[in-house]
Amino acid sequence: METRIIVVTSGKGGVGKTTVTANLSARLAMEGFKVVAIDADIGLRNLDVVMGLENRIVFNMIDVIEGACKLPQALVRDKRVENLYLLPAAQTRTKDAVTSDQMKELCDSLRGEFDFVLVDSPAGIESGFRNAAAGADEALVVATPEVSSVRDADRIIGLLESFGKTSINLIVNRVRPEMVRSGKMLGVSDVMEILAIDLIGIVPEDDSVVVSTNKGEPLAMTNVSPASRAFEKIAGRIMGKDIPLQDIDDLEEKGFLVNFRKLFGRRGGRS
Amino acid sequence: MGFLDRFFRRETPRKSAKERLQLVLIHDRADISPGTMELIRKDLIKVISNYMVISEEGIEMDLERDGRSVALVASIPVLEVKRKRSREGDK
Repeated sequence: METRIIVVTSGKGGVGKTTVTANLSARLAMEGFKVVAIDADIGLRNLDVVMGLENRIVFNMIDVIEGACKLPQALVRDKRVENLYLLPAAQTRTKDAVTSDQMKELCDSLRGEFDFVLVDSPAGIESGFRNAAAGADEALVVATPEVSSVRDADRIIGLLESFGKTSINLIVNRVRPEMVRSGKMLGVSDVMEILAIDLIGIVPEDDSVVVSTNKGEPLAMTNVSPASRAFEKIAGRIMGKDIPLQDIDDLEEKGFLVNFRKLFGRRGGRS
Repeated sequence: MGFLDRFFRRETPRKSAKERLQLVLIHDRADISPGTMELIRKDLIKVISNYMVISEEGIEMDLERDGRSVALVASIPVLEVKRKRSREGDK
């Protein structure tokens, strides 16, 4: 298949870009695709610890760009999942160490070698984000249902559009159905109405994410939890499978329990 | 809280978040300052007044959302259409 290069971005920090990148990369590799996750957050690298690969880094992206090593030498192979690789960021450099053109060249050099390239973008709208987006064909925008996150996501979507990106999909992360139901929090339908882009997945708030990050084992690899199921579905949709989105209003009006019951056929329907 | 809020159609935090966001994003997206809006308003009045008598106090002008784009929508009450000029032209 033709290599698909996808940037994971959000504008605001702390909304789950790295978690999404780690889990979708792992999930896609588990589905049999050859995947590389690139950490484009130069100077503040974290994808390595979230994926649990921090002890095996020898070279990094900047070494490749500056010609200090060959690309394959810098790729960290994940021993738990076949076909999963990490290209780490440099930790002791700054975002100015790389240009958009170099990033684009690096991404293009991965074409043909991998099925999926997922680029974890740094927060912000400056050069780090622009570089991360430069080499990508598609974008996943991660937002949480909070005013600051949604506002920043809107800005990022506008910028991605101005860069000429046409495939932009939204992931709403850390959704808390009970709070939406009681009118305390923005719901997925609200976020969608405001941002007006296509939704590719909803990830519920899930304590397992904290635990898996602490252990350095992406949820998708080990755990069966609401968030890992959500990542599995998003990966499926990225692959082009027709997986219906959870009935958003049901999710918000009645909570997950109802959907769980529906899954077992009490009322039939979607989940 | 949720039930009562819905029952009395009270303003919930969810609703105020949505409304505040919609408003702030219109201005973020358009990137037009209130000063510029005022200039547009004055120019509109000047141009339209050449043809019509309008109620300046009744003018409603605002930016509105349409999907991911923004529209400038103005409602300008017309008091009288000026026909003098064209009639004079006829004579």
